[in-house]
Amino acid sequence: MREKEGENMKIDIKDVEHVALLSRLNLTEDEKQEQSEQLNKILDAMEVLNKVDTSGVEPLAHVLPIKNVLRADKVGETLPKEKALQNAPEEEDGMFRVPKIV
Amino acid sequence: MADFEAVIGLEVHVELKTNTKIFCNCPNKFGGEPNTHVCPVCLGLPGTLPVLNKQVLEYAIQAGLALNCEIAEFSKFDRKNYFYPDLPKAYQISQFDLPICEHGHLDIKVDEEEKRIGITRIHMEEDAGKLVHQGATITDSNSSLADYNRTGVPLIEIVSEPDMRSAQEAKAYLEKLKAFVEYTGVSDVKMEQGSMRCDANVSVRPVGQEEFGTRAEIKNLNSFKAVEKAIEYEIERQIDEIEDGGRIIQETRTWDDNKGVTRSMRTKEGSSDYRYFPEPDLPPLVISRSYVQEIKDSLPELPDAKKARIMKEQGLSEYDAGVITSSRALAEFYDQTVKIFNDSKAVSNWIMGEFMKLLNAEGIEINESKVTPELLAKLLGLVKDGTISGKIAKTVFEEMFTSGKDPEVVVKEKGLVQISDESQLVSIIEEAINNNPKSVEDFKAGKGKAIGFLVGQVMKATKGQANPGVVNKLLKEKLSQM
Amino acid sequence: MDFYNLTIHEVKDLLDKKEISAVDLTNKQLDRIERVEDNVKAFVTITKEEALKRAKEIDAKLAKDEKIGALAGIPMALKDNMCTDGIKTTCSSKILHNFVPPYNATVTEKLIKEDTILLGKLNMDEFAMGSSTENSGFFPTKNPWDLNCVPGGSSGGSAAAVAAGEAFFTLGSDTGGSIRQPAAFCGVVGLKPTYGAVSRFGLIAFASSLDQIGPFTKDVTDCALVMNAISGYDRKDSTSANVEYPDYTKYLENDVKGMKIGIPKEYFGEGIDKDVEAKIKEAISKLEELGAVVEECSLPHTEYALSTYYIIAPAECSSNLSRYDGVRYGLRHDANNLVEMFSETRKEGFGDEVKRRIMLGTYALSSGYYDAYYLKALKVRSLIKSDFDKAFEKYDCLLTPTTPSVSFEFGAKKDPLSMYKQDICTIPVNLAGVPALSMPFGLADNKPVGLQLIGKAFGEGTLLKVAYTLEQNTDQTLIRPNVQEVK
Repeated sequence: MREKEGENMKIDIKDVEHVALLSRLNLTEDEKQEQSEQLNKILDAMEVLNKVDTSGVEPLAHVLPIKNVLRADKVGETLPKEKALQNAPEEEDGMFRVPKIV
Repeated sequence: MADFEAVIGLEVHVELKTNTKIFCNCPNKFGGEPNTHVCPVCLGLPGTLPVLNKQVLEYAIQAGLALNCEIAEFSKFDRKNYFYPDLPKAYQISQFDLPICEHGHLDIKVDEEEKRIGITRIHMEEDAGKLVHQGATITDSNSSLADYNRTGVPLIEIVSEPDMRSAQEAKAYLEKLKAFVEYTGVSDVKMEQGSMRCDANVSVRPVGQEEFGTRAEIKNLNSFKAVEKAIEYEIERQIDEIEDGGRIIQETRTWDDNKGVTRSMRTKEGSSDYRYFPEPDLPPLVISRSYVQEIKDSLPELPDAKKARIMKEQGLSEYDAGVITSSRALAEFYDQTVKIFNDSKAVSNWIMGEFMKLLNAEGIEINESKVTPELLAKLLGLVKDGTISGKIAKTVFEEMFTSGKDPEVVVKEKGLVQISDESQLVSIIEEAINNNPKSVEDFKAGKGKAIGFLVGQVMKATKGQANPGVVNKLLKEKLSQM
Repeated sequence: MDFYNLTIHEVKDLLDKKEISAVDLTNKQLDRIERVEDNVKAFVTITKEEALKRAKEIDAKLAKDEKIGALAGIPMALKDNMCTDGIKTTCSSKILHNFVPPYNATVTEKLIKEDTILLGKLNMDEFAMGSSTENSGFFPTKNPWDLNCVPGGSSGGSAAAVAAGEAFFTLGSDTGGSIRQPAAFCGVVGLKPTYGAVSRFGLIAFASSLDQIGPFTKDVTDCALVMNAISGYDRKDSTSANVEYPDYTKYLENDVKGMKIGIPKEYFGEGIDKDVEAKIKEAISKLEELGAVVEECSLPHTEYALSTYYIIAPAECSSNLSRYDGVRYGLRHDANNLVEMFSETRKEGFGDEVKRRIMLGTYALSSGYYDAYYLKALKVRSLIKSDFDKAFEKYDCLLTPTTPSVSFEFGAKKDPLSMYKQDICTIPVNLAGVPALSMPFGLADNKPVGLQLIGKAFGEGTLLKVAYTLEQNTDQTLIRPNVQEVK
């Protein structure tokens, strides 16, 4: 399935770290090890797809033949401010507060 | 030392002027108290789903047709995944491999040279919210506050080919782009208010080399001036870097308008893999050719066509016609004024002269001014029929510009009517002659210029209201009788 | 018969005749919950006061002979991934432990309009990922047939509540079998409608192109009644199908004569427990006896369904679950910079299975692997769907086991892959977007066996007809557990 095909490990610890960063998930060293083992097992099982000839097959992104679903450009109701903010972990001046960016 | 040439491409975001946001019914309104133009959908609350605004599709197609694009027969939305607090779903609904428009172009002219700039694609997407940083700069603030009023405002992104070779070309392209989009009416396209935003991709390469150099993406370009200055700076910087034996790295840089430099933005690790995939919540778009034709037929006359037409029909110079058609508002104002006062030269001179001077000073557009085409036409009429002089007209116009008053009212209130009645002028002329014997002597001695001084005295005495032609004629008559 | 074993249509009759009031019924139902809930653990939230208040309102409407909804006064409950305005909706995840939606899901609105009474929100595998409710971020739900066994999942709370008589019906969601598998394990009727037949607006997404809401009921008639209430086109869901929706009760006919039923051979044999297979074959014989034409058929790409699903579903989930970042709602782990806040919040808030799927999906979509995994899976999905299209040119419906085995004990499937294999009979249906119904058919090892009927898109009626006929002609389908009460 990928260039490393044939090798035992599809995902090494470095890959796990990269994917964890992309996913914004902090993992402990043990979790990284475990994730790597399980993901490799799962990806191995997926090798079966290589047996399927899909040349000339269109990918199926939507199962129903629906197209052009559009709505009129008409203003509807907005949320009352207190409802918009009711779940905010931290609120300030009617906005959602977050820690510094960098 | 090798000569370098720059390679520039622009990515321009334009906010569409719809009533509602792209995927929900919230009003598409600038500003407002934070988090008051929001609903569960644009707040990205769990369980919510997007539904595409029909007007967004129509506007995107309009813009595409105006920019000579091909309109896709099959188009779809994709998710662009990245984490940032201004992006409530942590993905932006955008278009990846099948945008709504492709293969367009605009023709620009720089230093008398015509050039065609390719437009790679135009795609639809949703805007993100706004972050207010608490602290002087993003780096030394402790926290930020998120306001999602802007989240889901419809955007089109117009991506050019890397066809520009100088900052001037980039600016010319951007100005043209603004005019064309503005003509279609799909956006206000105001850089200062953020309804048009521009990022520039800049690289340099030795002249003759075909391969592109490594590019830097420049952000935070908030005016035409900034675009021009930032690109100029960046080209110099890259050339200097290479000549000093350095190497350009692919990065995002931000323009510091105060210091006039571009600075590297610390790129966040692992943030560049957007993992695009087809948006499962939105079915694809199949665009019929008859729908495209319908939109094409409803497009207004575009700047290039309009410019050619008024040059041909109304005899305006290429320069004048270019200025008049540089914005839809200007062109419409011109058209309407000419319709009432049929002297295209006079109208264009007034618009391009006095009017634009005041508009620029005020920083507003012509359609925001209190002076309407009707009022300007009336003013020009007053000049033409001799009611006021051209000079007085400027005073009247200034008053019209600030108060929006009818020029006739201004003339009356200030008593500015031109005095052409000879009987009213005779005594003043006689007074001028009596008070200035030296000038009279000079005139008699053959110094023709001396009459100018005397005219000036009469004008002064009448506070500019005397008709200079009549004064001249009367003076000459009187002097020759002496 | 104890009232809690009554069906909707039976209890509706009592309400119509005014033999019982909505308040009485609600009180009885709440009392039943009190008796068994500590053993079953089906509910995450019980809305006792709101339910009684609502029951009073409905009684007032009934007293004034006002126009009333078709399911007026029926106590029910929703899987905790369907948004309820002002009532906590958690997806059984720590990351949403305190989330109170400011809006209702479309199904919630529809059930309010039908004057039903919401008893509470039901436990599930976290974000609907799992087949046992062991992945709930709060506690596992028990199988009312055997408290040492799992109720199935992810809609384990929804299935267990109906089986234990804690609600007259419930709604669940099904992405790869999450309605049908627990329905099978708990011995109730569960229907996964055609993709697009029930609005997903307000259903907290797991995998958007596969998720579908459907009912859990005690019999087939009730299933039709609930489908009447929840199906239909919804402008708020762009993937909702704008078609005519029938009155599903008109399909409740005791007649399968001449009906063509396909038995896909890939769903039998290796991997399917012998005693489960035996019960399914018994059902097949019964249908033949009743006049159906039964034939073996083939869905040749079945063996690829599991892998296809475990690329597409995690990929969509990795994107759908990105919004849980601690900024606007739910859990927040305090940190002094943003990336740390995001990553720690998500570490603390998500369970292992959810993390695994986010990782898997992110990987499958990441630069360099998209074509090999995601695009490949979408192409195989095409082939799987055309298998079904071809089969339905010949057959009115297909019949298979719902699950390879009956319910198992807690902790029996520690390895993720062995748990994933629970769904081999149900996953292809979601990939093809077609409807499927699971109904009980007898017991094996004293636990219910599930029979699955698969129909063509919008062919729910055919499934109801076949199921109803089986229900009328055997004593294997209306089975109830004897739930141990709390002392």
